[in-house]
Amino acid sequence: MEGLTRRYGPVVALDGLDLTLRPGELIALLGPSGCGKTTTLRLLAGLEDADAGTISVGGRDITRQSASKRDMGMVFQAYSLFPHMTVVQNVAFGLRLRRMAKAERERRALEMLDLVGLSEQSSRYAHQLSGGQQQRVALARALAIEPQVLLLDEPLSALDAKVRAQLRDQIRRIQLEVGITTLFVTHDQEEALAIADRVGVMRAGQLEQLAPPTEVYSRPATPFVAEFVGLTNRLAGTVSGSTVTVRGQDLPLVDLGIPAGPVTALIRPEAVTLASESSAGSGPLAGSVIAITFLGATSRVTVNLGDTTIMAQLPTSDATELSAGSFVALTIRPDPVLVSGADDNSAAASEA
Amino acid sequence: MAALASVGETSLEAPATRGPQGMQRSRRRRLNAFRYVVFTLFGLFIVLPLLALARFSLEGSKLGTWSVAAWKQIVSYPGLASGVELTLELAVITSVATLVLLLPTMIWIKLRVQWISRTFEFLCLLPLTIPAIALVVGLGPVYNRIQHYSLSALQLFWVYVILALPYAYRALSSGLDALDAVTLAEAARSLGANWFTVMFRVIAPNMRQAILNAVLLTGALVLGEFTIAYLLLFNTLQPTLYSISRNTPNAGVVFSTSLASLLFAFALLIIVSYAGRRRRRG
Repeated sequence: MEGLTRRYGPVVALDGLDLTLRPGELIALLGPSGCGKTTTLRLLAGLEDADAGTISVGGRDITRQSASKRDMGMVFQAYSLFPHMTVVQNVAFGLRLRRMAKAERERRALEMLDLVGLSEQSSRYAHQLSGGQQQRVALARALAIEPQVLLLDEPLSALDAKVRAQLRDQIRRIQLEVGITTLFVTHDQEEALAIADRVGVMRAGQLEQLAPPTEVYSRPATPFVAEFVGLTNRLAGTVSGSTVTVRGQDLPLVDLGIPAGPVTALIRPEAVTLASESSAGSGPLAGSVIAITFLGATSRVTVNLGDTTIMAQLPTSDATELSAGSFVALTIRPDPVLVSGADDNSAAASEA
Repeated sequence: MAALASVGETSLEAPATRGPQGMQRSRRRRLNAFRYVVFTLFGLFIVLPLLALARFSLEGSKLGTWSVAAWKQIVSYPGLASGVELTLELAVITSVATLVLLLPTMIWIKLRVQWISRTFEFLCLLPLTIPAIALVVGLGPVYNRIQHYSLSALQLFWVYVILALPYAYRALSSGLDALDAVTLAEAARSLGANWFTVMFRVIAPNMRQAILNAVLLTGALVLGEFTIAYLLLFNTLQPTLYSISRNTPNAGVVFSTSLASLLFAFALLIIVSYAGRRRRRG
């Protein structure tokens, strides 16, 4: 997709988007509501027309091609199985349109149902299936036609948390097994980070960053990405040369072109470590524990530094030594730090 | 013993435990009683005239006797059989024409031009506000030409389609609203379906109940329509029955035919309901 633009009246949903999907990879488009991720997917599917830009698949320009000719498989957010057809008829629908012979059609449909683990439900109707089962059948139906690209429009958002996690992993397993190029749209960062080869964070119709999940998380390209993906502490700092001084501690900068002066440093809670007062003593980064949130293997500890608060993510085994009100000292790991303008200095830990 | 103990316990504890659940039960009982009374009264209001109609249709030549002669005359009374035949043909043609006009149009509007839906709804409901006599005054010159060319009385179906529009529209609209038609259409198109396939192999099959309801309403309207056919001088069922009642001293055949047409409409309704239930059981 090159220079893709889409407007709805005065609202620009996509603003010159450039995005390339490599063969066999899964790209997750992540972003807040209204950022243009679903619009991108619908333009690729041909369900809407672009106002500008081109879409090519395998070197062939399909910008003006109708949706029915684009050879894309799509799974929708809303349940989209045809209610008057059985499961196997749903999966075979696309094959029937391609005039595949009946025996071959049924064989292929059952093969797809076997892939998603639902071959025993082949004679049921959609209303007899759970939400997760319906989405699996929809996935089988999309894959049955052997599309060039698989498009997933928030397919898990209507499901409960446990089913969502299971189906997410199953989608990834199937995608890797089949080797199909996939565009996955979601607003859930955990989903995106868990299964994507690359994550594209979108904002206001443009891509802020397109990179592997680990890079998006640990080296966010922009303050928006840093704050949207994962938790971020926002601390006042001062840039001098290639470092930023935060609460008396010098940290390297991600971007070396920042002019000297006051900024807001964006620091992940995992980069903050705690030591109890008895071993480390007090310093510029010392304060009292406000809250400890148990998250399972890790715990999030919120500390009052006096003029601001900071979050630290610790192994739970370390956090159990602490309690609300106890004084602690902090150290920030010397990883490269992203900064934003000093005007953004809300001096409070922010959550995406 | 346990039952007695529980009864004793219940009565002793009744004032303390007659909380929200007890109040709900008594409220439900009162509501059920109200429903039964209303249904009974309403049912009698509907059924009693039908029973009287049936009794009159089975009245013999002497008062108080019974006879099926009036029912036998349905097929043998001069002009009645042709009136019945004409009306049934009109019912079928009008139903088909209404569906051919409305179904693809409504699906297309729902999927592609939703902004026009309010205007379309207004147009479809307009015949409700136009008295039949006004339609006749407007259509009179048209049908005079039709009769001048001795075209079939089946040409009445054009005006019956207009009369049936509001009822068929509502029936089809409720069926269409029950579907997520847009998502189904997009799913079908992504699989390679053209618009014809989307409308008639994906959307329409899921509107079976709504289509049957529209057919039933249209058929019932045609069966009972009198004013337009009478004023335009066509001998459909109702004008024929009227003519018989005006010209015949013993009009038992009028009652039997009226009841027969009502029973026919009821039979259609039962078939439609049965077909809908079978479909839902899937």
